[in-house]
Amino acid sequence: MRLELHWIDYLIMVIYFIFVLGIGWFLRKYMKNANAFLEAGRSMPAWVAGLAFISTNLGALEVMGMTGSGMKYGMLTTHFYWIGAIPAMIFLALFMMPFYYGSKARSVPEFLKLRYDEKTRGLNAILFAVMTILASGISMYALAILMENVLGWDFNFSLWISALIVLAYTYLGGLSSAIYNEVLQFFIIILGLLPLVFLSLKDVGGWFGLKEKLAPIATANNFAPDTFTTTWKYSTEAGSNPLGVEWFGILFGLGFVLSFGYWCTNFLIVQRAFAAESKSAARKVPLIGALPKMFIPFLIIVPGIISLALFNGHSPDFRAGFPMAGDKPIYDYTIIMLLKHYLPAGVLGLGITALLASFMSGMAGNVSAFNTVWTYDIYQSYIRPQTGNEEADGKHYLKVGRIATVAGILLSIASAYIASKFGNIMDFLQTIFSMINAPLFAVIFLGMFWKRTTGHAAFTGLLLGFLMALLHHGLTIPEGATTVFKGGWLASIHVYPVEMAQNFWTAIIAFTVSTVVTVGLTFLTEQKKSEDELRGLVYSLTPREADDSHLPWYERPAGLAILVGVICIVLTIMFW
Amino acid sequence: MVDIRIPIGLMFSIIGVIITILGLFTVSDSDMYQKSLGINVNLIMGVVILLFGFIMLFFAFRKKKQK
Repeated sequence: MRLELHWIDYLIMVIYFIFVLGIGWFLRKYMKNANAFLEAGRSMPAWVAGLAFISTNLGALEVMGMTGSGMKYGMLTTHFYWIGAIPAMIFLALFMMPFYYGSKARSVPEFLKLRYDEKTRGLNAILFAVMTILASGISMYALAILMENVLGWDFNFSLWISALIVLAYTYLGGLSSAIYNEVLQFFIIILGLLPLVFLSLKDVGGWFGLKEKLAPIATANNFAPDTFTTTWKYSTEAGSNPLGVEWFGILFGLGFVLSFGYWCTNFLIVQRAFAAESKSAARKVPLIGALPKMFIPFLIIVPGIISLALFNGHSPDFRAGFPMAGDKPIYDYTIIMLLKHYLPAGVLGLGITALLASFMSGMAGNVSAFNTVWTYDIYQSYIRPQTGNEEADGKHYLKVGRIATVAGILLSIASAYIASKFGNIMDFLQTIFSMINAPLFAVIFLGMFWKRTTGHAAFTGLLLGFLMALLHHGLTIPEGATTVFKGGWLASIHVYPVEMAQNFWTAIIAFTVSTVVTVGLTFLTEQKKSEDELRGLVYSLTPREADDSHLPWYERPAGLAILVGVICIVLTIMFW
Repeated sequence: MVDIRIPIGLMFSIIGVIITILGLFTVSDSDMYQKSLGINVNLIMGVVILLFGFIMLFFAFRKKKQK
């Protein structure tokens, strides 16, 4: 699967890195205090923050994973976009952003502190910090392995060089630099992968040619002929589609619990909206991000689906070079194999640069979220509180933020090495940490829309939701699991047909337990926060938004939300 | 702060020029473009990227003039 790059390809890569570092260099002089470094001074225009919002999510694990899933599940993979992202993004923009941004909280844990209490913040801040470092380490590990296998670069060299580049631009320019580079990365990912879509579609005779080629493959696997090119059509039973999940699991597990947990409470993502220049800009951020998000499936999933046709008969060459694990293709390599199959020198360099860019945007996102949570929610709250001298404090926390950036990168490198030694354990830890989002969404949602919700209830709900998710994972296994890391490490009382179904149900259980516990305990405990303290944090105690009806529809959050919603529904129906 | 459209515009203009030139020099190289179904993708993508770079720069400088 080795790719031979031409010097022109390397030239394009080098130009990209010069610009990435240059942006950090130009922004360094604006980094005068912690506020500028960690919050980008709350000065980003909506479109810049909006593209960064979506670019952080468009990390390499997303690009590689979704192309691979396209090859594995076909068009059903779009569930992760149209039902699994857009509704949550609209909800975040319209209903949650006014409280997040209006609260002046600098992070999601800090919002928990304002709305509930210190212990709820502490629990979330520590879990988030650990999770972020692990995620960043795993993504760095994946990058280094990829560089080793595909370009023949040394593992250690790839790891350190990519870490150093991300360190350089986030250390110099902080969140502003991360956001600016994410916008740059967004465009290079789009332009770098664009030729793949057109070439691969032309190769299989367009969408209709593709449908024809996939029909025999679907029937050979005991599915209906059009299974790989439709989305909801075969969702009444789990067994009748390759995803192995029925409509309820998709709608409630993916479309509600997992997606709202990820998009509405993950600070990594939400931080981009916090950096917007005004409340109305912050509300537009997720919607501006949602516009390209809806079309990304055509860029990364459709070529993945085409790979299925190439692999099964259309192109013997493509199949011969594909890395295999036993008799199954290693799906994560799909995008690489496509780049290799279709692109000549020149555009190939751009495609590889796009892939590198997607790794960096994920890593920089993790680091810039980590240093903010560390500086504000851990260091400032537990180690050295503010002194009252704003200027000196700003300088001091800037220094701490920069040290945290270096430390964050070094810890990520350490966890990348752990991942290279104990891959299974890292996967396991990531599964466990993925359980913190669903309870977090329950607690933040209740906090924003029910003024009675108390701190003790929220803390217990968060903790119990997480523990129950853990228990569920310990008691169930997906069919064919060979290691205890996939679940069933306590006992095995239920077997899921696929791992995805297990994940969905883990999240559903975490969310339900967390909601029930928080609501129940709220009735048993006393609200310690006064209505004054909750103003701006809870729906019923916050004055309505200023009237924006004099603006044209596309400058109003509600107008944009309707546009996004309509396009999403049209796409869903077109590919039903 | 710096208008992000300037670095984006500059970078894509430079990359666009490089890829377009590569496309022009390899017009008759049918071996190279066998992979891409006989299409000179470098020429096409080079022009697309160059145009994108120019559009970014155009909007950035138009805004500067307004100020």
